[in-house]
Amino acid sequence: MSLLTIQNLSLSIHGTPILNNVSLSIAPGEIHAVTGESGSGKSMTAFTVMQLLPNGTKTTGQVTLDGTDILAASEDTMCTIRGNDVGMIFQEPMTALNPVKTIGDQVMETILIHKAMSPKDAETRARDVLDRVGLPADRFPLSRYPHELSGGQRQRVVIAMAIALRPKLLIADEPTTALDVTTQAQILDLLKGLVAEEGMGMLMITHDLAVVADMAHTITVMRQGQVVESAPTQALLADMQHDYTKMLFAASTHQVDLPDKPAPSPLLEVQNVSRDYRLPRTQLFAPPGVFRAVKNVSFTIEKGERLGLVGESGCGKSTLTRAILGLEEVQEGQILLDGEPVFSGHKPNLAVRRKMQVVFQDPFGSFNPRHRVDRLITEPFHLLPNPPKGLKREEAIAEALIAVGLAPSDARKYIHEFSGGQRQRIAIARALIIRPELILFDEAVSALDVSVRAQILDLLADLCRQYDLTYLFISHDLSVVRSVTDRVLVMKSGEIVEQGVTEQVFTNPAHPYTRDLIAAAPVLPDLGRGAA
Amino acid sequence: MSRNIWTLPQLPPNVAAMLRYALKRLLSLIISLAIASLIIFFVIEVAPGDPAQFMLGLNAQPDTVAALRAELGLDVPKWERYLNWVGGMLTGDFGTSYTYRTPVAEMIADRLWVSLPLALYALTLSTLIAFPAGIYAAARRGRAGDVTVMGATQLGVAIPNFWFAMMLVLIFAINLRWFSAGGFAGWDKGLWTGLHSLTLPAIALALPQAAILARVMRSSLLDILGEDFMRTARAKGLSRRQALWRHGVRNALIPVLTIIGLQFAFLIAGGIIIEQVFYLPGLGRLIFQSISSRDLIVVESVVMLLVFAVIVVNFLVDLAYAAVDPRLRSRT
Repeated sequence: MSLLTIQNLSLSIHGTPILNNVSLSIAPGEIHAVTGESGSGKSMTAFTVMQLLPNGTKTTGQVTLDGTDILAASEDTMCTIRGNDVGMIFQEPMTALNPVKTIGDQVMETILIHKAMSPKDAETRARDVLDRVGLPADRFPLSRYPHELSGGQRQRVVIAMAIALRPKLLIADEPTTALDVTTQAQILDLLKGLVAEEGMGMLMITHDLAVVADMAHTITVMRQGQVVESAPTQALLADMQHDYTKMLFAASTHQVDLPDKPAPSPLLEVQNVSRDYRLPRTQLFAPPGVFRAVKNVSFTIEKGERLGLVGESGCGKSTLTRAILGLEEVQEGQILLDGEPVFSGHKPNLAVRRKMQVVFQDPFGSFNPRHRVDRLITEPFHLLPNPPKGLKREEAIAEALIAVGLAPSDARKYIHEFSGGQRQRIAIARALIIRPELILFDEAVSALDVSVRAQILDLLADLCRQYDLTYLFISHDLSVVRSVTDRVLVMKSGEIVEQGVTEQVFTNPAHPYTRDLIAAAPVLPDLGRGAA
Repeated sequence: MSRNIWTLPQLPPNVAAMLRYALKRLLSLIISLAIASLIIFFVIEVAPGDPAQFMLGLNAQPDTVAALRAELGLDVPKWERYLNWVGGMLTGDFGTSYTYRTPVAEMIADRLWVSLPLALYALTLSTLIAFPAGIYAAARRGRAGDVTVMGATQLGVAIPNFWFAMMLVLIFAINLRWFSAGGFAGWDKGLWTGLHSLTLPAIALALPQAAILARVMRSSLLDILGEDFMRTARAKGLSRRQALWRHGVRNALIPVLTIIGLQFAFLIAGGIIIEQVFYLPGLGRLIFQSISSRDLIVVESVVMLLVFAVIVVNFLVDLAYAAVDPRLRSRT
């Protein structure tokens, strides 16, 4: 007897079809993963079960939860089902909690809103669930506020809220996408344990195939609002029926064909660099404390090398990136590019600055939406003493766009006319246009779908071959770093704990922290590349 | 047992954080007041025109002017006069008006008893109108109720308040005879009589403010309604309305409090037009009269008082922020 059955579910928003004949079912105690790229409708399927849909949504088909017809249920009925029979966990733990209420109040609210217990019992129950999700009373009293917790801890609070009433079904929408790998591993373990102990069914939405393969009993692959393939995990991994499924798995283990490294000659030298931030004063007349975000870091990037920098959030990799770019002055040590300091006389050194460019993570937020592409990608020209004008400028724009696989005619378009992957290509064109020697990629492919990510990584390898570029690849995603770098640095609490040739570090990590990181990262089982 | 008298008694962490925050804000309040008093005094001092000369007229003898200057305390160095002025204010002595020869403290106190209640009255009205209107509009975004409320606030912002005040007089004083057309009955005849004569001016002041406040409340709440935690609240089983009241309104208050603080400062001093329309003896008219008669000591004192009011209101708004948002308390 299945807990949740979705049959021939179709959904449209203001007439635009989003889902088309989606069917799946979940039994008690089963983890059912729905995966697919952005726009596949996987999240919308989850929100249909909760009936938390945007205005103007029309649904047809049938969704049955434990005998209740969800699509026909009234809003009042849904309010008694949400939180009681179905709990939900969201992607962004940083914003999923109300900042002005204590975590105790927020967990208790789930219980009290359903009038399941007296306030006193609800408090005891809230304490119990918080203990259960790994937030013990001595460090996490009910009176804590969300801003006093880390992302992983907040996600535990969200989970506590979702399971407070022991729902029959738990829906997790990308529950670990925003978390570091070690935190992700802990949260996934917690979820697995909860499902096994409480006999809940779990509908898990995720784009991360490695997580899927690790967690799920059953996998459903979706694409453009339709179910492409659905089967028990082992069966599906062993024998993929559909080309799209094969493509997805192939793309997420994509290996990039990097050109050989030229003979070593140093390009960027980071020498004993430390970066301090002033802390707010704790007492009026005491000197303010300092927080050392980067501690005595030294490394060299050789010309033509692809260097990776991995570490979890807060390890100092972004601070180090800003220091290398000359955006902030360092307190100790120096950073040299081609033998010249990036920061001279308390000011960024423009002569050095024009030799490096950066590509950021967010393809949606890093462009001014009111400028056309030609203006966007020529922004770095302000670094040049004599920027090209007229026909020369047009040629430079056209060349940069062609180099990243776009057409010269795209120069007159606005940024909203492009997809996420195309925007990231434009970001690369912007970095490329002044022919830098070094390009920094700050989580540059983290927001992209796997198939797009594979294409962008291939593009980076091509560009490296054509333009003699050197890359510094900053990422928390170990598999990406492994596929595109020659050498890797592992950073923890402001220090570089290990560095070495990428393959060696990954296959034979020396530092315990590196070992933890690699062990925590979910990996796809070896599917035999030939099959894909 | 040796106990340091400076250590605070054991307080719950939230209370202690709030107290620390309040002390910090208090310190910055004192510094702001000191800086403001310096600026006010010296800016007004450099303004042209000698009060003694002005009081005695153009044909006064130089030695008469000098004698009056000495009497008014204008013959000592600027710094000393500044210190005398500040020291006097701290002990409640605001000096003597050059024109009326009465203590400035008394003049201000009389006017303050009209302006302060009027400002509080108007602010209360405006909040009582704006909060429900803004929340209602946000809850029915895009529907008829929202469009109606927003249309009304558009009008409220657009209508000049003196015209609106005259309409109120025309309808409620002249035609319906519910209120008197102007003047202030005074507080000695009872609270109700005083409030009654301030009602029309308070409405005239409050409605445009309410229109602005309602729009701020609506847009702030709409931003909050789009937040992830509102979806979390709904996923727990809260209805739309429950989620709005329990999680939305308090989070939406921060920008609204900012506007309330600014409006209160405006209402205390900026009611001059309304004071003219209703013949109210308020601070706005006092400052206008003393500027025209170059009664510098009154101008200085009233301006300082207004600055004091603005800074105190900002202090209260800061405390209100911290009461609403725990993140501000811990940022110490």
